[in-house]
Amino acid sequence: MTDHNAPTSVGIVTPQVASFNEPLQLSNGGQLDEYQLVYETYGTLNPAKSNAVLICHALSGHHHAAGYHSETDKRPGWWDHYIGPNKPIDTNKFFVVALNNLGGCHGSTGPNTINPATGKLWGSDFPVLRVRDWVNSQARLLDSLGIEKLAAVIGGSLGGMQAMRWTLEYPHRVGACVVVASAMKLSSQNIAFNNIARSAISKDPEWHNGHFYQVDSKPRTGLSLARKIAHVTYLSDDVMGERFGRELKSGDFTLGTHSDYEFQVESYLNYQGASFAETFDANTYMLMTRALDYFDLAREYNDDPAIAFSHAECPFLVISFTTDWRFSPQRSREIVEALLAAGKKVTFADIESSYGHDAFLLPNDRYEALFKGFMNNVAKQLAGGNTDAR
Amino acid sequence: MSQNSLLGVTPMRVDLDIIRRWVQPNSRVLDLGCGDGSLMEMLTSDGHTCIGLEINPINIQACVEKGLSVIEQNLDLGLDNFADKSIDMVVMTQTLQAVHYPDKVLQELLRVGREGVVAFPNFANWRCRYYLGFRGRMPVSKFMPYSWYDTPNIHFCTILDFEQLCRDLGISIVERVVVDEQGNSDWLTRYLPNIFGTTAIYRIKR
Repeated sequence: MTDHNAPTSVGIVTPQVASFNEPLQLSNGGQLDEYQLVYETYGTLNPAKSNAVLICHALSGHHHAAGYHSETDKRPGWWDHYIGPNKPIDTNKFFVVALNNLGGCHGSTGPNTINPATGKLWGSDFPVLRVRDWVNSQARLLDSLGIEKLAAVIGGSLGGMQAMRWTLEYPHRVGACVVVASAMKLSSQNIAFNNIARSAISKDPEWHNGHFYQVDSKPRTGLSLARKIAHVTYLSDDVMGERFGRELKSGDFTLGTHSDYEFQVESYLNYQGASFAETFDANTYMLMTRALDYFDLAREYNDDPAIAFSHAECPFLVISFTTDWRFSPQRSREIVEALLAAGKKVTFADIESSYGHDAFLLPNDRYEALFKGFMNNVAKQLAGGNTDAR
Repeated sequence: MSQNSLLGVTPMRVDLDIIRRWVQPNSRVLDLGCGDGSLMEMLTSDGHTCIGLEINPINIQACVEKGLSVIEQNLDLGLDNFADKSIDMVVMTQTLQAVHYPDKVLQELLRVGREGVVAFPNFANWRCRYYLGFRGRMPVSKFMPYSWYDTPNIHFCTILDFEQLCRDLGISIVERVVVDEQGNSDWLTRYLPNIFGTTAIYRIKR
């Protein structure tokens, strides 16, 4: 059921492409001579170009954050609950920019695009990227749109890491920062899960060292397994119990008989894994999880997050979810503690939800109200700023 | 937990006006149990930088809508996220009686704050004494609207109790104002504060 005509939907949206010919210096020492970023925008950029909001996506995200691509499109963008008219990121007030990050597999330059040096697909030769590379490329995209300063930079999970990095790399260009279900660095457990996911991909015989395109194949089994592992970490025990319990999809346990059985949760994971393996690129998965593992907000600041955040100039909203064990509330509290130590303005809420890490994408009354309340004040500040300028 | 409910019925939140006078210019203020942010709003307009701690989602929402900085935090778990003496003034109005460990919260308050303000309802007020003494029931009034079993106020104390605790903890009282139900500080509340005072407001230091 589509509701692209709903008053709270941004409706039909069309992705756009920005091409860059000026080389991008990368944090691994290399550079990308030319690249493209695919992006979508929602809402209207005001004449002062002061109402732009940048959405940074998470591991498997992309530029299609809200609305529908066609009348027949069945599913809206990945953050449609939170972006649209009168939604927390209100497109009546803000001009929203959502892009597919560099290294992604939804249209931006990445492993599944042509390496101009060889004329072949990049594959695993695509440069290793870090969060700051994304931030730098996002800044270029904003330059091309004539946006000097963002009203807000917003991201959940890996997106939250980009949002925080923005406030340190481009403090003058950020009016507010919203960090949802994120962390200043991954825990050892997080890295372990990513390692298992990457092993699943690299041990797949169809991986071909990341050059599977050339043999017209895909490491489906490995990517599917990687997704299944990740998926379990995004949900909570409670919500899996609620949704699947021990229900059987097929077969039964009658004593004295034997039939093949499949639990509902197995069926669900198999489906999620298989569909992800068809639509996502294994090299992008490798690249994104590497960037996640590598990220450490304070590494270049003497490992002191308070020193890191002392460079930030904007107010922050930090949100966690009670049952999120992938990026637990404690990780968010650490962000808050660092911001307080740096003397920054911060609001924090730990939202009750049974949905684990996935909660940041899902409807939740308190989360919506809080997010909206914060963003309304961001909009008010803009209006106030404009009045002062006159 | 509605930490501000007790003074919700007092006409003009006199405690807030008194506290306002005690905050040095351009202070960094931490409000423990900040409620809907009324005090922070007032202090922000005075030019102070305010941070509120609160556990009630409805109050947190109210603060966010006012554009205030508020952190969801249970005071009973301490203030580990604040460094020693990192705050100029820590205020706690109508919250002391609602925490599990008032003594520990007070010590934390003066660990992170250079100075503190504590306002609480005086349980030795004559109305409470009357209720308990003559009716033999836990006091319930528009001033204290809860029954004993559902009250968030689990650690009521009197002016004498609080001052004893300060002595025990080595906390010095810089200033004290005691007001009645109308928010007035008259000769009755000055000479017999523990009988006629409804709300006691202390400025404390270590």
